[in-house]
Amino acid sequence: MTSTIVTPSPGPSSPGQSASRWFHRHPRARLVSLIGAPAAWMLVLYIGSLASLFLTSLYRLNDDGSGIQKVIGAQNYRTLIDKSVYLDVAVRTVKIAVIVTLVDMVLALPIAFFIAKVVGTRWRRLLVAAVLVPLWASYLVKAFSWRAIIGSPGGVLDRTFGVSPNYGEVGLIVVLAYLWLPYMIVPIYSGLERLPDSLLDASSDLGAHFGFTFRRVVLPLLLPSIVAGSVFTFSLSLGDYIAVDLVGGKTQVIGSVVFDNFSADLPFAAAFAVVPVIVMVAYILGIRRTGALDNL
Amino acid sequence: MKTARYCGALVAITLLASACGDDKKASGGEALKAIGDGEKALNLIVWAGYAEDGSTLPDYDWVHPFQDQTGCVVKSKIAATSDEMFQLMSTNQYDGVSASGDSSVRLIDAGLVAPVNTALIKNYADLSPFLKDQKYNSRDGKNYGIPHGWGANYLMWRTDVVASPPDSWSVVFDKTSPYAGKVTAYDAPIYIADAALYLKTAQPDLGIDDPYSLNQKQFDAAVALLKDQHSIIGEYWNDYTKTQSAFEQGSTVIGTTWQVIKNLATTNGAPLETVVPKEGSTGWSDTWMISSKAAHPNCMYMWMDYITSPKVQAQVAYYFGEAPANPKACAEIATLYSDTTHCDVFKATDESFAKSISFWATPRKSCLNGKGNDCVPFVDWIKAWTEIKG
Repeated sequence: MTSTIVTPSPGPSSPGQSASRWFHRHPRARLVSLIGAPAAWMLVLYIGSLASLFLTSLYRLNDDGSGIQKVIGAQNYRTLIDKSVYLDVAVRTVKIAVIVTLVDMVLALPIAFFIAKVVGTRWRRLLVAAVLVPLWASYLVKAFSWRAIIGSPGGVLDRTFGVSPNYGEVGLIVVLAYLWLPYMIVPIYSGLERLPDSLLDASSDLGAHFGFTFRRVVLPLLLPSIVAGSVFTFSLSLGDYIAVDLVGGKTQVIGSVVFDNFSADLPFAAAFAVVPVIVMVAYILGIRRTGALDNL
Repeated sequence: MKTARYCGALVAITLLASACGDDKKASGGEALKAIGDGEKALNLIVWAGYAEDGSTLPDYDWVHPFQDQTGCVVKSKIAATSDEMFQLMSTNQYDGVSASGDSSVRLIDAGLVAPVNTALIKNYADLSPFLKDQKYNSRDGKNYGIPHGWGANYLMWRTDVVASPPDSWSVVFDKTSPYAGKVTAYDAPIYIADAALYLKTAQPDLGIDDPYSLNQKQFDAAVALLKDQHSIIGEYWNDYTKTQSAFEQGSTVIGTTWQVIKNLATTNGAPLETVVPKEGSTGWSDTWMISSKAAHPNCMYMWMDYITSPKVQAQVAYYFGEAPANPKACAEIATLYSDTTHCDVFKATDESFAKSISFWATPRKSCLNGKGNDCVPFVDWIKAWTEIKG
């Protein structure tokens, strides 16, 4: 093993050195060359696609329906407002997303608490791995196997216990809650890990029982983590349409309507796709106050 | 100030994005006069199972022999729905497509496919005559494709639950059906035609002639019927593995289906029966069409001739589970797979059976049956389908 130590030498400098001197003297140029490429990437792919989505939503089909007319107008949004079915679908989608988020919160809190505060280090590693392992399996495989579980009659639940949610809204909520649960457990778990045990000890030394400690000490400190988890579960539920197709029975959500329309009437599909964007922006603006976004 | 600058940037990006969009011009172009040398490449959009190269099942490979014969290297893109096929064809990056009738009319309208010179296809003469010159594969006396294969949308039921064999679609449209919650229907706007076909017999005063050429009043009646049906539907299907599993489990007991689904589910032990009800039935007939912007037209013609040859027709039809367009395939199926019943099961040569099927076709404003200019166009069918599902 040999190694060479290069010491900066005075005198004529290499091109690399003069370039670095130039960048040292021009902080602005340094910044641009550093973040220019990723920023452009962000701008084009992220903002650009959102902008073209919004722009497309203002176009319309030509009369014979064979192509898109690039005339700006709000007619697609008018259809969304005029026909009650679209409001129904939007409300249903948000409702499902809210319920899935609540179910995941209720399930994730005790699981995360158990992993972070109750079990020893060895078990902790094992349980964290167990929570994450389902994420390695394909989403489609999991959704399809739930078809075999909740179908009624004939599904696994039905044959074993005689009751089953069957395909429909209830079944869909069960499956979505299962699919997104890890995304809720992980932020809550990491929030709990940062919570010093001494706080729990102090609370119990001062005579508080577990429920009180949980309500007054743990929960307020954990709120940002819970909200961070809810951003995942809520947005994932809001955009899903494949699990809906497999286990939702005849349930129709925003994603399925967009999917049905996108090849025949792209502008209209774009207009309806703007709805979850608005819902999500409102949601994130609302939770910005909680400080949860620092936790993402 | 800062906000104003951001807005400026956003506007710039928006303009950039819109400049990248493309304008479509409708012009189908001219048919090829003679097949020249192959271009050594062929890009296809196909239904799953239409261009097998042995990667799914080693025994089913008709792509490699084609490549060896012609030197055209096949790249095939599988599409899941007719809408996706239309979408892919509008990119002009493909030479051909195996289009069903609910996209083929749209493709002709949009000028995305070119007329086909059938004289250049040796096997064309052998194909079943009732599949030629139909409204979904020809326009103004010009052929826009070569028939590939076809099938009916049957009414299927579980014999252990449905006691008396139904002979009418009324059983899936009746709001008071004893099978409420266990009825299925095909999940696509084109299914509105199934309701229209039923109403053609059930309510003759509506005067429905062709289920794909509906005026507003007839269309509204069909939509109303489907809204009623929604209350007894358990789930809609468009993925055949999904409906197969539902029929096998018993969570679905009656509804519309394809022959191949019945075959697969019966193999797995489900007690099932199918019928074409007395009102007739809708169905699909697939057509190989050539893009008006095809980069490899000679290879596409070679493919259209190859895929309709008796032996390849036998392979595709047997693999996919459909009636071959070329009746000569029936003997080949018997030789290749020692199955003498395939063509009988799918009624491949039964002309009166084929005539009783209303094959899918994209509805448009100028009526497909040639009677007037007031038909409800397909875009409205899609919107209505969303409303039906609620």
